Amino acid sequence: MTIKHWLRAAAVASVALTSAAALADEQYFPLQSYRVGPYAAGGTGFFGGFIDYLNLINTRDGGVNGVKLTWSEGETQYEVERGVEVYERLKNNPGVAAWNPLSVGIAYAMIDRITKDKVPLITINHGRTDSTDGRVFPYVFPLLLNPYSETSGIVNYLAGREGGIEKLKGKKIVVLYHGSPYGKETIPIYDLLAKQFGFEVQQIEVPHPGNEQQAQWLTIRRAKPDYVVLRGWGVMNPVALKTAQKTGFPADHIVGNVWSNSEEDVRPAGDAAKGYVAITTQASGADYPVVQEIIKTVYDANKGNLQDKARIGSVYHNLGIVNGILNVEAIRIAQAKFGKRTLTGDEVRWGFENLRLDEARVAALGAKGLFHSINVTCANHEGDGRVTFQQWDGQKWKVVSDWIAPDWKLLRPIIEKSAAQYAVEHKIEPRDCAREEAADSVRKASAE
Amino acid sequence: MADVAFRLAAPSRRLTSGAVAGALVLASAYLLPPLVGSTYLFEAILLPFLALSLAGLGLNLLTGYAGQLSLGSAAFMAVGAYAAFNFDLRVPGLPFVGSLILGGLSAAAVGLAFGLPSLRLRGFYLAVSTLAAQFFVQWALNKFDWFSNGSASGVVRAPDIVLAGHVIDGPVERYLFALTVVVAATLFAVRLANSQTGRNFIAVRDNETAARIVGVPVLRTKLVAFAVSSFIIGVAGALWSFAYLRTIEPAGFNLDRSFQILFIVIIGGLASIRGAFFGAALIVVLPLALSRLGQAAFGGAFDSGVLELSQRVLLGALIIAFLIAEPKGLVALADRARARALRPFLKPPYGG
Repeated sequence: MTIKHWLRAAAVASVALTSAAALADEQYFPLQSYRVGPYAAGGTGFFGGFIDYLNLINTRDGGVNGVKLTWSEGETQYEVERGVEVYERLKNNPGVAAWNPLSVGIAYAMIDRITKDKVPLITINHGRTDSTDGRVFPYVFPLLLNPYSETSGIVNYLAGREGGIEKLKGKKIVVLYHGSPYGKETIPIYDLLAKQFGFEVQQIEVPHPGNEQQAQWLTIRRAKPDYVVLRGWGVMNPVALKTAQKTGFPADHIVGNVWSNSEEDVRPAGDAAKGYVAITTQASGADYPVVQEIIKTVYDANKGNLQDKARIGSVYHNLGIVNGILNVEAIRIAQAKFGKRTLTGDEVRWGFENLRLDEARVAALGAKGLFHSINVTCANHEGDGRVTFQQWDGQKWKVVSDWIAPDWKLLRPIIEKSAAQYAVEHKIEPRDCAREEAADSVRKASAE
Repeated sequence: MADVAFRLAAPSRRLTSGAVAGALVLASAYLLPPLVGSTYLFEAILLPFLALSLAGLGLNLLTGYAGQLSLGSAAFMAVGAYAAFNFDLRVPGLPFVGSLILGGLSAAAVGLAFGLPSLRLRGFYLAVSTLAAQFFVQWALNKFDWFSNGSASGVVRAPDIVLAGHVIDGPVERYLFALTVVVAATLFAVRLANSQTGRNFIAVRDNETAARIVGVPVLRTKLVAFAVSSFIIGVAGALWSFAYLRTIEPAGFNLDRSFQILFIVIIGGLASIRGAFFGAALIVVLPLALSRLGQAAFGGAFDSGVLELSQRVLLGALIIAFLIAEPKGLVALADRARARALRPFLKPPYGG
């Protein structure tokens, strides 16, 4: 026996030992949360909702098919190097299911690492648009809504308000965007949609953090647009609404994007926010059965994660709950294939790639109306999420539209082109999704 | 005259004992971590430590030796990182070390441009004008997506480091690569500090008028200080992005980073090569140690809010304490501790 053989035997033995240790049947979520710093409002709401839902599953159902969900947190403050530190600190815990950093910057830094470690990375409602192409990004999932779909959803909504996509012709839209990687992500797609549908677009940057916007709104006043799209973040949003009021631009002609749609964005603006409309993938409010169950099971037992109970059912909290639903259901779907035990990251990845929740299933989960549906595949890691629009009445958000579908057919070629370029740059061989899915269905048929 | 002779002789004697110590540190840096370290040690402690040490070293040449206060360090790091990325991308066949050096040179050019005000401005006013570099560079990198090769968000994934056809992969290899770069830069800095240029730096810092009278070319010295310092900081920025984070984004090189590097220099020790390493070690390890200690001592009560506050309070207190009690920083503390430990063995001080 050579040394190599001995080493291999030792490695096998150690793997056997660690998997024996993990037999307690737990699935672990490492949380790179941010509860302090400039973006704490988003972080506490989102991770609060996520943890609340995991708690609900543990308390009400005893875990997912008996597999307990566990988690621990590391503070990132939305900063990349802190996110990397937390990643390295938490990644060796057994049974990691998926990563949910809720930060574009941290997600970018993790793509390499999680691909090597074979664990999924979830960037719900944000992230790198071209990571939608699962053939090039097997472990990255911008679930529900990537930035391009969001843009297309907003344009389709405005078309609806004008009475048809052809009525957009000759209209003028100003996009007021946050001067950051996140803010800039959609510049090319607005230009492209403007060309496609014949409206005029003017994109104006607000430098971070955006607490002074006099100049931008004077430009807007001179441009006299039909709509202003607010692509903001943090303090920029209330300041935009207040400055709009001062310059006399009507709030109901301002449409906020998915990171300008929370209670924390409109409350500080007071009156100026009345009538403001924003896109969302998950409605706000605490009336949904799943939110009610969280109040009953988690909060009434004093195990709730939010310190301020008034924030239950707020936009960020509900986003965290929806994120919890998607993560838990991916595990459930993967368990149906691989067995009711602690899954590896790669097995959870398969679960996400087969995460199909139609409206009936969403209703069964107690989330009817909270979000629409999702249909993730090997090639489409976004999953065709629908969007809806909500209007702020001064007290709360009211849904004012149906569930709107972005123009996926139009966006897909752009996404594929960008992903293909990435594959070339980083020497990635795209996967053959048709073959993998065929293999899956053969295995399924033979099992039946 | 005797005084001068002593001063000239002293460095060489110190150099020999220093060289032995340096060789020991170097050998253990190359051998120990790869033997015992976990990936956490490399990815979360050693790699950021190396990059920040190098940045601190660069700033120390400018601020510690030449006495020019700069708040634009993070901007020069950003220039180094983005320039290395672009050279790597756009010049086919260029080895990575070439991109790294060209990245440093680009940072040096930008540093030179923003160093021009130093010919007229001093101290506080110069610091404010280097702030302009900080804001301008971040703005430009955000504004023009050519720098990030058309990446819509301005964030790019750092390409692999390739050395002579071998892809530097895994934390250990990246650590060894970064260590080698840092060692080379440090040797260069030591040589520079002990050369005529280094003495000119100190002369300009201590008394500009006197330096001019004894014939030190003040303007040239200042510009050289800016260029060399920015070069090293630019290389540090490339290491930060390529070896440590493996992503390049303008937001990571913000004003906070500039202050962090300044604190490294102040706490570690102004006008000292080792100071940058001591300071960086403290800055990297302090928050991690604090969070572990806090968790162990107070459990759940020590949440992230408390942690963040205690970090800031402690760091602020340290800076004030060092500025008042020990302006020479951790280096002076370490030297005193060593002298005390060695005293029993070195009975006759300096051979009488």
